[in-house]
Amino acid sequence: MTAASAEATFRILSAGPGVTLQDAGRHGYLRFGVTAAGPMDSLAHAVANLAVGNQAGATALEVSVGGIELTAESAPLHVAVAGGEFALSLDGRPLPPAVVLKLDEGSALKIRAGAKGSWCYLAIAGYFTVPKVLGSHATHTRTGFGGVNGRAIIAGDRLGIVRSGSSAPSPGIIVAPWLDRPVDTIRVVLGPQHDYFADDQIAAFLAGPWTVSAKGDRMACFLDGPRLTHARGYNIVSDGIAMGAIQVPGDGRPIVLMADRQSTGGYPKIATIISPDLNRLAQARPGTIFRFAAVSIAQAVAARREEAALLARGIAVEPLLRTHLSSEFLLGLNLIDGVVGFDA
Amino acid sequence: MTLSSDPAAALLEPRFLDAGEAALVVQFGETVDPLINDRVLALDAALRADPPAGTREFVPTYRSLMIHYNPLQVDRDTLVAIVSRVAATVTGWRGEGTTWTLPCCYDPALAEDLDEAAQILKLSRDELVALHVKATYRVYMCGFTPGQTYLGGVPEPLKISRRPTPRPPHPAGAVLIGGGLCTVAPFVMPTGWYVIGQTPERLYAAERNDAFLVQAGDLLRFEPIDLVTFRDLEQRAARGEVVARKRAA
Repeated sequence: MTAASAEATFRILSAGPGVTLQDAGRHGYLRFGVTAAGPMDSLAHAVANLAVGNQAGATALEVSVGGIELTAESAPLHVAVAGGEFALSLDGRPLPPAVVLKLDEGSALKIRAGAKGSWCYLAIAGYFTVPKVLGSHATHTRTGFGGVNGRAIIAGDRLGIVRSGSSAPSPGIIVAPWLDRPVDTIRVVLGPQHDYFADDQIAAFLAGPWTVSAKGDRMACFLDGPRLTHARGYNIVSDGIAMGAIQVPGDGRPIVLMADRQSTGGYPKIATIISPDLNRLAQARPGTIFRFAAVSIAQAVAARREEAALLARGIAVEPLLRTHLSSEFLLGLNLIDGVVGFDA
Repeated sequence: MTLSSDPAAALLEPRFLDAGEAALVVQFGETVDPLINDRVLALDAALRADPPAGTREFVPTYRSLMIHYNPLQVDRDTLVAIVSRVAATVTGWRGEGTTWTLPCCYDPALAEDLDEAAQILKLSRDELVALHVKATYRVYMCGFTPGQTYLGGVPEPLKISRRPTPRPPHPAGAVLIGGGLCTVAPFVMPTGWYVIGQTPERLYAAERNDAFLVQAGDLLRFEPIDLVTFRDLEQRAARGEVVARKRAA
């Protein structure tokens, strides 16, 4: 799979389930039943890419709580990691959860589930030489589209990379505290089929409280909470499913449809989660409790604009110095000796 | 296509429903109806020919068109106004619809649920197949998986409900009936429908110039083939050949 033009290679030493290659998505083919896929948390995906000088929607590794360990072959690679608070280490030395660093040949970068968050993104300065499907690297495992032979990343995979320069300090800390987003309230726009529910059911839907179920993946987030009842039955003639649509099947348990959702479906959709808050919900671990709040289109667009503005300002990367490492971060880790040698 | 439906459907103003802040549903009705679908396809064709600024994708379904847009580039109310104007100027779909003849093997070796469906419908196996072959189907939409086509025009005696619980995954190319409809499903998936045949044609093939063979608005007929022919056509399809026959409308 490594193309001849590749200058460097990621060799995957180990990978938990659910680690995939994702770009901004395979757009333009929904009319043929092709799901866009793409990152579960598009904000974090963009941050990792921008931190190494890529376009926001460039291909990056989406790392699940299953984690990954990898090394560079043939040449060093500049990489960035951002997303949930994952536990990172380079050759056994702990790192902050959002970093830019040079991965030397033979060095092992290990990413494991940390304090919180369900997904983080590993971007490289450059691009992957893996073949695209319908113009995209986005992996959709259910149909075998994109990624590495249409599947998740596994130990032994080698991903060819053509490098580009990165001007970010290396090693550096990505200064994006706003990536830690609260999940207590998730905003929705009601509809398109909220008229299939009586007012008291809409109220029950908003009030919840809802708990993120352990059953869930890139396709859907299942919610535990009050059972909703339908006013006009639960079968509709299939129509389009937007990202973040919340469908309510016959059993009255809402399902949030996410990046790998089917393109069309036949259950009423009571509401749609606004894009910035779908990113938040994607990061929520099973057991997280939250409520919904209905907002207007104007409010949803304002929230989207705020999120876009965070990226438009550029991603600040500060050199990772011993002074940083002697601060609260290291006290928290209680592993001061483990990180010496990171002075730029 | 017969005009079995309510002609008033062709006159009603569409409803605009929000599917979040980045998708708009233009709904012409709530039923499976060729006149309603005509209006969906007409609007889809008009918008695709001259896409309004800020729109990203148009997804036609049975009875509505989903418009994906970037709300930082186009305001929702502006988009509704533009689409209303376009919808008022297009009266019916006059597209380039193709008629496809799709080879289909009804041998019970492949048609795993044929006998079960026949029993439920109180038909013999041969009667079921004869009815299925005789009809001309309309492709109302593609969806669920890549290249999967949803067909209307199922004869009344073949209108079967969905299963109460899904069956194990069907093979690629399965021809299924359920919910009063028919579908041709290119990807292995669990289903609540009944597998009554299998086509050797690949409705999606990445390496072909036309990766997707059939689109919404096309007409489709099934041509019965035996198991030997199926295996032969399957091999040819695997090499990228189109084994369905095509006739422009």
